[in-house]
Amino acid sequence: MGQIEKITSLHLDVLKEIGNIGAAHAATSLSELLRKKIDMHVPKVEMVSFNDMMEHVGGAETVVVGIYLRIEGDVDGSMFFILPIAQANRFIQRLINDPHFNFNEHPISEIGLSAMQELGNILSGSYLSALSDFTGLKIYPTVPGLSVDMFGAIISIGLIEISEVSDHVIAINTSIFEEDIKHRNEVQGHFFLLPDPESFTSIFKSLGVS
Amino acid sequence: MIQSINHQVVKVGIAELDIVKTPDTIRTSGLGSCVGVVLYDETKKIAGLVHIMLPDSNLARAETLNSAKFADTGIKALIERLKIEGVQTFRLKAKIAGGAQMFKFTSAKDTMRIGPRNVEAVKKELKKNSIPIIAEDTGGNSGRTIEFDPATCMLNIRTVNQGVMEI
Repeated sequence: MGQIEKITSLHLDVLKEIGNIGAAHAATSLSELLRKKIDMHVPKVEMVSFNDMMEHVGGAETVVVGIYLRIEGDVDGSMFFILPIAQANRFIQRLINDPHFNFNEHPISEIGLSAMQELGNILSGSYLSALSDFTGLKIYPTVPGLSVDMFGAIISIGLIEISEVSDHVIAINTSIFEEDIKHRNEVQGHFFLLPDPESFTSIFKSLGVS
Repeated sequence: MIQSINHQVVKVGIAELDIVKTPDTIRTSGLGSCVGVVLYDETKKIAGLVHIMLPDSNLARAETLNSAKFADTGIKALIERLKIEGVQTFRLKAKIAGGAQMFKFTSAKDTMRIGPRNVEAVKKELKKNSIPIIAEDTGGNSGRTIEFDPATCMLNIRTVNQGVMEI
């Protein structure tokens, strides 16, 4: 907890840069996959209470498509790629060439789920390898898990590890969107990187900030 | 129907607790691996809800302890809160929901099993205080939103895939 309280604007800039580099690479991968222009917002780094964290992406009860993985190595933490249903449908429809695919229709087709899983693998992979190249830190991700459920139920998994030490979380939040529909708020995909509290020191050290 | 005009829903956030008296209801949203524990007194029409994240306060490594976060301290704190309202512990009954495993992993890490561990810890603490569990909807891999009505003592549970049920 001590480390978190001592964070300065320089530290925040470092974390923003991490979000920037990670999400930029992921956006490029996505753009290549979909053959479509993908843009991103300036990363947000926030120190928020657990309840405020649950209010992102429309609130705890909003149904989203969530990809989750743990990272271990020089940095430990949780990473999420969260898509509103409308956006996930657009991506997967395009990927599997099926305009009727819908995450709201149960049972969800296996091919759509597996395409989403693969999309999660690719995007989180490019985010994390960019992060690792930039910082020189070793990062070992677990195989991503996929869940279509309430945002609160999904994101709270990432708060468990942090909750042993703190009641707040530092979230590196980057959103990506299709360039031609950027005015539509509900179709943004979010990357959330939630480093464990002990990992901030190694992140800052790797970039020469103490 | 006159009552329903002033009906309010008390919202409980993650790692928080609160109490409610009829005609109001109490609710918590987006339970994943967390467990919602409702303690209620049927005759007094009072209920309390705690949204638990972790099984044991021994896991805490923070300087200040938020008691509502842990199964052991959270249930104790809720009982104390209800005592202030004149509720006697032996009259309390419990309904619990949550403790899902949202993602399937083969990782050995304990965090991945946190849902079932939370449920076990809640049951242990309730048993210690001799509070019977009247109904439960735990485990599985779905998120839940729950709302308790102290007037009917029913717990309404909403999931994304299985719709709404009452226990």
